Amino acid sequence: MRTALNAGRVLIADGATGTMLQGEGLPVGLPGEAWVLERPDVIVKLHRAYLDAGSDLILTTTFGGTRPRLARARLDDRVPEINRRAAELAREAVQGKAYAGREAGPFVGGDVGPTGEMMSPLGKLTYQAAVDLFAEQIGALAEGGVDCIWIETMSALEEARAAIEAARQVTDLPLFCTFSFDTHGRTGMGLSPSQAAAAVAELGVDATGANCGHAPEEVLDFLPAMSAAAHGLTLIAKPNAGIPRMVGRQAVYDAGPERMAALARQYVELGATIVGTCCGSSPAHIAAIAAEIKLR
Amino acid sequence: MSQERLYQEMAQSVIAGLPDRARALAGEALAAGIEPIDAIEEGFKPGMDTVGEAFACGEAFIPDLMMSGEALKAAIATLEPELMARRQQRQVSGKVVIGTVQGDIHEIGKTLVATMLAANGFEVHDLGVDVSPAAFLDAVRQFEPDVVGLSALLTTTLLNQEAVITTLKEAGLRDRVKVIVGGVPASPEWAQEIGANAYAENATDAVRVVKELTASK
Repeated sequence: MRTALNAGRVLIADGATGTMLQGEGLPVGLPGEAWVLERPDVIVKLHRAYLDAGSDLILTTTFGGTRPRLARARLDDRVPEINRRAAELAREAVQGKAYAGREAGPFVGGDVGPTGEMMSPLGKLTYQAAVDLFAEQIGALAEGGVDCIWIETMSALEEARAAIEAARQVTDLPLFCTFSFDTHGRTGMGLSPSQAAAAVAELGVDATGANCGHAPEEVLDFLPAMSAAAHGLTLIAKPNAGIPRMVGRQAVYDAGPERMAALARQYVELGATIVGTCCGSSPAHIAAIAAEIKLR
Repeated sequence: MSQERLYQEMAQSVIAGLPDRARALAGEALAAGIEPIDAIEEGFKPGMDTVGEAFACGEAFIPDLMMSGEALKAAIATLEPELMARRQQRQVSGKVVIGTVQGDIHEIGKTLVATMLAANGFEVHDLGVDVSPAAFLDAVRQFEPDVVGLSALLTTTLLNQEAVITTLKEAGLRDRVKVIVGGVPASPEWAQEIGANAYAENATDAVRVVKELTASK
């Protein structure tokens, strides 16, 4: 993985997981992590759908894999097992013969999402407790064989710091940390793209960038700011496939595959070397992005 | 310090999100013979309004709103005994039941709305997250609110806002309350589609909308 990062190759990440699993019957309110245990076949199938579409880097189904998140689904007694198993399933997926001839990877990223708790003093989660929660998850992901740790959808800098510290405690794997700038160009906690990039660069991550957020067009402004603040770091763009709108009872995200492919081309021109999509996307978006990027 | 100056300091303690300072100023106000109700309405509350406006236009963010809310709460807590002793009360602007719908665990937006409504004198019953339609119904029966606020952050759980409205209709209670919806995938069109009374874009907007909905009481 480090070779690919250092060579500056453009890697295609993957897309949305939750909505895709719901399309396969995951009940609303049940996290995808439950299916790591109950329906591993569907998890592997979704990974393969993204790999077939052109993903070079897929994320484990562990976005909500920290103890407090799993506690909501009464799965907190199986934190290490779920994370390790999710990593194994992703590993199983990338080992498919169809992907053997690829120039790079495919790679497995250990997905680390927010705990859902506010850090003190605003909330009850202390820094040390947060570090412990993340270390529990990340240790298991590393054991399961991921190629890198991808901390994503961060909003509070303190929480990102805790996750980064935890990662460094338990593994030497490449470390990514991306933020969700969904509130007037900052995170909900008021962190700007340049502040975020500068902070995590100092903490020694290998890659940073923007994921989720608001409109994918905004990432065109975030990337230069992050690039300037975090010299030399690999840059990531993994935005939503547009803004959601309800059409009747269906959610429609307004950026289709062509739009996301055109934006992906622009992200790469601005220096991003890892590009994917987040909420509202599907393998079709990744296929369009992969086709566009591979035209270079 | 002049009364005017003291009011400004009170507002500033809320704007700066300093609960200890707000507490101290509340004490000073009482010592200076200022009516506790005036200290709240002329001093501390305007600070909260300022932060609310800043939040709505992206100059203030969640931590600012939360710390300002803490400062306001600290001031009110200090003034409460004196308010009671003088048989004064902040006017209860209305009663609100609020929660994040079933299947959804996002709470910050909902909590900010609850904070801002309480700051504006509403009696707020926050049911938390992942609240079933049955639990909303129980709360409506128990608290007899004027307004029910439904938050959903996911496109997939948004449908449960409609489920709550349906549950209220089936129980014959839909007309007893106004329903307001919010959250990222919601919109005025969505509110109309599911028969809600209104949509609010953020915590500041929610205060405006809830005031409008309760004005015609």
